[in-house]
Amino acid sequence: MTAFFESLGMTYEWAWFIATVCGILLIALPLMLAVAMIIYADRKIWAAMALRRGPNVVGPFGLLQSFADGLKVFLKETIIPTSANRGLFLIAPIITFTVALIAWAVIPFSETAVLANINVGLLYILAASSLGVYGVVIAGWASNSKYPFYSALRAAAQMVSYEVSIGFVLLAVVMYAGSFNMQTIITGQQGHIFGFINAYGFNPLLFPMAVVFLISSMAETARAPFDLTEAESELVAGYQTEYSSMSFALFWLGEYGNVILMCALNAVLFWGGWLPPVDWAPLYYIPGIVWFFLKIWCFFFIFSWVKATVPRYRYDQLMRLGWKVFLPLSLIFVFLISGWLMLTRYDPPPASVTNDNQDLRWVICDGGGLVEPDPECADQEPAG
Amino acid sequence: MIQAIAFYIFASVVIASGAMTILSRNPVHSVLWLILAFFNAAGLMLLIGAEFIAMLLVIVYVGAVAVLFLFVVMMLDIDFAELRAGVSRYLPFGLLIALVLLAEIVLAIGVWNFADIGPDTRLAQIDPSVPNIEAVGRALYDRYLLIFEGAGIVLLVAMVGAIVLTHRERSGVRPQNVSKQIKRRPEEATRNTNPEVGKGIEL
Repeated sequence: MTAFFESLGMTYEWAWFIATVCGILLIALPLMLAVAMIIYADRKIWAAMALRRGPNVVGPFGLLQSFADGLKVFLKETIIPTSANRGLFLIAPIITFTVALIAWAVIPFSETAVLANINVGLLYILAASSLGVYGVVIAGWASNSKYPFYSALRAAAQMVSYEVSIGFVLLAVVMYAGSFNMQTIITGQQGHIFGFINAYGFNPLLFPMAVVFLISSMAETARAPFDLTEAESELVAGYQTEYSSMSFALFWLGEYGNVILMCALNAVLFWGGWLPPVDWAPLYYIPGIVWFFLKIWCFFFIFSWVKATVPRYRYDQLMRLGWKVFLPLSLIFVFLISGWLMLTRYDPPPASVTNDNQDLRWVICDGGGLVEPDPECADQEPAG
Repeated sequence: MIQAIAFYIFASVVIASGAMTILSRNPVHSVLWLILAFFNAAGLMLLIGAEFIAMLLVIVYVGAVAVLFLFVVMMLDIDFAELRAGVSRYLPFGLLIALVLLAEIVLAIGVWNFADIGPDTRLAQIDPSVPNIEAVGRALYDRYLLIFEGAGIVLLVAMVGAIVLTHRERSGVRPQNVSKQIKRRPEEATRNTNPEVGKGIEL
């Protein structure tokens, strides 16, 4: 896109700047539309599993329900509690919303469509998702109210706990792909299984990691069954209790933006991203973005399905799952995977590499009769 | 030009939020300003091309350390009047420490500038074709492998030590046995009875 703006007679810097702004809008605006539709889909799936009809009044099949809700909250009055910390109270939903958007900068939608194809893409995602907790914590604290505060503490503990195992899962994928770059991770999955299935997820060493990641991503986005931060039977509405109008809506948009992001990450890391599921030439005629959206949609359906069927976890169960089940499991698999890769993929380092670091080479000069001394030791006096 | 603008924005925000960290009266605000400072420092790292360090700064400091800070500070019951009374008492010490640090920095930079160090050794040689994750990885796992693993063991010992120091055996607690809970079936816990009318059941 930069080249196009340069052809309009701009300098490179300005062309790059305007192209990037256009790119951001091209991602952020459809994302908002996607959030509106995904909220509708969530409610429909949830309703269908509870044998209800769900939203069905506004527009055909109730398709416009989310927009009607959006319009409604937009017209409501913003209420700020008198004892709230005003500045922080207003900035919290903005943080949640912004952080939900920034991570999309590195998600590749097809072979060429990615805003920032940086080589620390996955670390950027991890950084962005670790920022997500601040919106919730600040909201809970600034509300100056009992239940939001409890919710903030729960959110902080929950997200820090699950980020640890998510980090290990990402490490496993990075070791297989050999890069933190999202495009390299996706192209590395091409024909990964038997040369024709494009997914890391079917690899027996990575499948448990994929499951851990799916469950952790539900916990990370505080989705049911891990929605302890807004458990209505215990904490009213959690950190959102004191919010109204647009500030409330921003929390919702951010939350669902994060859910779609996590679905996209599941698709990118384990199930081939924009690659078709099978490495078969005719499938590549369908644009990558279609495959990517299909995969995101599948994962969103799983998220909704879980939300509709699984009862909420107790808080100690949540912590136990994070620290006592997922953390050891992912640690063991990082160990197994690195061992397997050392065994199969990596040759011993070439001689030139070892010679560069002469000072640190371990040379056996006196094997005590058990080991043959290195030939380099010929000119040295044997120890002892 | 965009780089220069970005540098001045990041740098001034770092300094301003650093100042606000020590000036703001509410400790929670202090921590939040500190987080802003970390975040903008990561921006500065990005500008000099150290993207790996920048991301680690955000993940480790903003994402984990500062969350725990905030967690602790939020839960403390703070008496603001007492806190403000302490400022005048500790101000001389604080200023002294600040002066010592400043003097050390000035000294270090002075020596750096005037000492007889060749231009090659002043800056590490950077190969722009190698991404800096790879460069850091090579240095850590090749040249400094033993030191790096030693640091890991020191951290592990610190963790074990913290647990040993704070862990205490309490008597009379009944911790959950999760596998036992999961194994429990309705037959073991319930009993079907068909009592006569007016007799009730014996427990």
